[in-house]
Amino acid sequence: MKKVLMGNFAASHGVRLSRAQVISAYPITPQTHVVEELSAMVARGELNAKFIKVESEHSALACCIAASVMGARAFTATSSHGLLLMHELLHWASGGRLPIVMVAVNRAIAPGWNIWNEQTDTLSQRDTGWIQLYCASNQEILDTVIQAFRLAETVKIPVMVIYDAFILSHTYEPVDIPDQKTVDAFLPPLKNPEVLKVGEARAFGSVTSPDFHMEFRMKLHDTYERVPEEFEKIEQAYAATVGRTYGAIEPYRCEDAELVMVVAGSLAGPTKMVVDGLRQKGIKAGRIKLKMFRPFPTKPLQEALKNAKKILVLDRNLSPGTGGIFAHELRSALKGDARPVWGFVAGIGGRDITPELIESMFFDAIGADAPVSTTIFKGVRL
Amino acid sequence: MIEPNYSIEEEREFLHPGHLACQGCGATIAIRYVLKALGEKTVVVIPACCWSIIAGLFPSSCLGVPLIHTAFETSAVAATGARAALDMQGKEDVHVLAWAGDGGTFDIGFQALSGAAERNENILYCCYDNEAYMNTGIQRSSATPVGAWTTTTPKGGLEDRPKKNIVRIMAAHGIPYAATANVAFPDDLYRKAKKAASIRGMKFIHILSPCPTGWRIPSSESVEVARLATLTNLFPLYEVENGTDLTVNYIPPKKVTVENYLRPQGRFHLMSEEEKEGIQRQVDAAWEALLREAKKR
Ligand SMILES: Cc1ncc(C[n+]2csc(CCOP(=O)(O)OP(=O)(O)O)c2C)c(N)n1
Ligand code: SF4
Ligand SMILES: [Mg+2]
Repeated sequence: MKKVLMGNFAASHGVRLSRAQVISAYPITPQTHVVEELSAMVARGELNAKFIKVESEHSALACCIAASVMGARAFTATSSHGLLLMHELLHWASGGRLPIVMVAVNRAIAPGWNIWNEQTDTLSQRDTGWIQLYCASNQEILDTVIQAFRLAETVKIPVMVIYDAFILSHTYEPVDIPDQKTVDAFLPPLKNPEVLKVGEARAFGSVTSPDFHMEFRMKLHDTYERVPEEFEKIEQAYAATVGRTYGAIEPYRCEDAELVMVVAGSLAGPTKMVVDGLRQKGIKAGRIKLKMFRPFPTKPLQEALKNAKKILVLDRNLSPGTGGIFAHELRSALKGDARPVWGFVAGIGGRDITPELIESMFFDAIGADAPVSTTIFKGVRL
Repeated sequence: MIEPNYSIEEEREFLHPGHLACQGCGATIAIRYVLKALGEKTVVVIPACCWSIIAGLFPSSCLGVPLIHTAFETSAVAATGARAALDMQGKEDVHVLAWAGDGGTFDIGFQALSGAAERNENILYCCYDNEAYMNTGIQRSSATPVGAWTTTTPKGGLEDRPKKNIVRIMAAHGIPYAATANVAFPDDLYRKAKKAASIRGMKFIHILSPCPTGWRIPSSESVEVARLATLTNLFPLYEVENGTDLTVNYIPPKKVTVENYLRPQGRFHLMSEEEKEGIQRQVDAAWEALLREAKKR
């Protein structure tokens, strides 16, 4: 069934179709509709779940963690300050190997208060052990939420489904909502999900001495090696039942491209348009949409970039003193590669990134052999 | 008044040998009786506190029931999450016990606790109160009594703020059951845990739990000192139902001055006579007020 939905509602439908059993969340702009709609779905009886209206995001995730330990499919959603407040618990969830799924809407961080789009909130959680999947359309949000549960439950690692504030969260697009039967076939109920069982004298999260702690973390890391492969299998299964795939990365016109721009999130759309425009001018441009950020899809990126002469990264985020976080990660993935990488930072705090601005980035790279500096701010008024 | 012949009928033990508490630790006695009352169908949630160590190092556990360790400030909400999962599985007969120290209850975990109480979650929350952050080496908490030495209230800077009245605060949430208990009165503690287990909604028990290490007392004196806390009316045993109905559960047969409670404890050694007299006056006034309130019922 097709419906015109805002990104937040697409997420709620994904959660409903995934039959989440325990939902716990706290409101924050621009995530609020996700949980408003979910509480309405529970109230209308469309979703059989416990919806716990906790008093903070920190508690929201703590609630999901314990629910997951006892075997429930658990979901939460947040953004920006809420995500930062969860930081401690993010580690508990991944360290505990709990298949929790979270929606995180990319929003800037204060001061000053800013509700608009920026990716620094989720990217600053990159070392917490959560799989991160960035979405570029409302359809992709719905599909990714459903896939995220299966991925999380397959590898026992929590998954963050991420999308841009307002540009997707509040924007209406036509979305195909699969029927429940189709999703049930793709995502069966959890089997023997409990970490702890009533009547069994076992403990979750006991003090681990230096004799054990390292192996737990190493196993988490090792499992990450399997994630790209499992993700691909899940995408194929989803394509077979529902009929759509996205890929860990999506290269566009990259085969013969000399200049390739790497972006994540909703920027995938405008950059594609700019690439088409440049192609009409005879410039061999391409772009890569990065969906998976954790684990970092190094191999597919190397492959998609193999013919590029110049690489551009457009970051809507900033690690002060380091620069754009995607650029930083890409440079380390391409270590030993002599090709220049232009790291552009734009759109901080929700400032518009226009097609003209994106085009000017390509022209910067066309007009030089190497970037003038590691980080180049674009669209700055100074 | 406490019924004198209360006997603890449950023979089963859910606290097993091999735990890692100091000798004479009240926190082990406390959980022993509470788990006897709740029985096998119980899930325990424990935040950072002495009990996260006492329970044992991976892969062992000294409890005979499942145990979820959780972040310091999250015991009430983690219990909520476990409850929600169990309810979704139709296991509504399973008890969920949040078991936290005073720091995890009065201080860092208070927000989540207040939230759970306000939502009237169907859990039992027990605070074993040893009146300081013991796990990290005896720092003051907002449950540390006036005049007590801790490592952060050293000589010259003794704790000078009165202890937070946590039971009255919890009762003010209008929860079905809030009570005090003391490990030196195990019949009363057991009865209260049993009673809590029979009530749906949020239950809160504040258990005075002597800590020989932090209180600077010999481990053999642990229970005796705890008993004096109630005999001197410094830690009265009472329960509050539905936010207002207050019952005093024990009235000491004769007056015992607080000096008898304070003297044996090294942590009070730096207090002056004047300060001790001040405490006696406060205790007398609080006790009279408690009895007045109980009579109003
Ligand atoms: C967020 C956080 N801050 C600080 C700590 C360190 N810490 C662990 S236990 C503890 C004190 C616990 O005190 P209390 O709750 O009274 O329990 P007790 O140790 O006295 O049994 C502290 C400060 C922590 N684990 N987590
Ligand atoms: S320090 Fe005190 S509370 Fe902690 S285990 Fe020892 S006696 Fe018990
Ligand atoms: Mg304590």
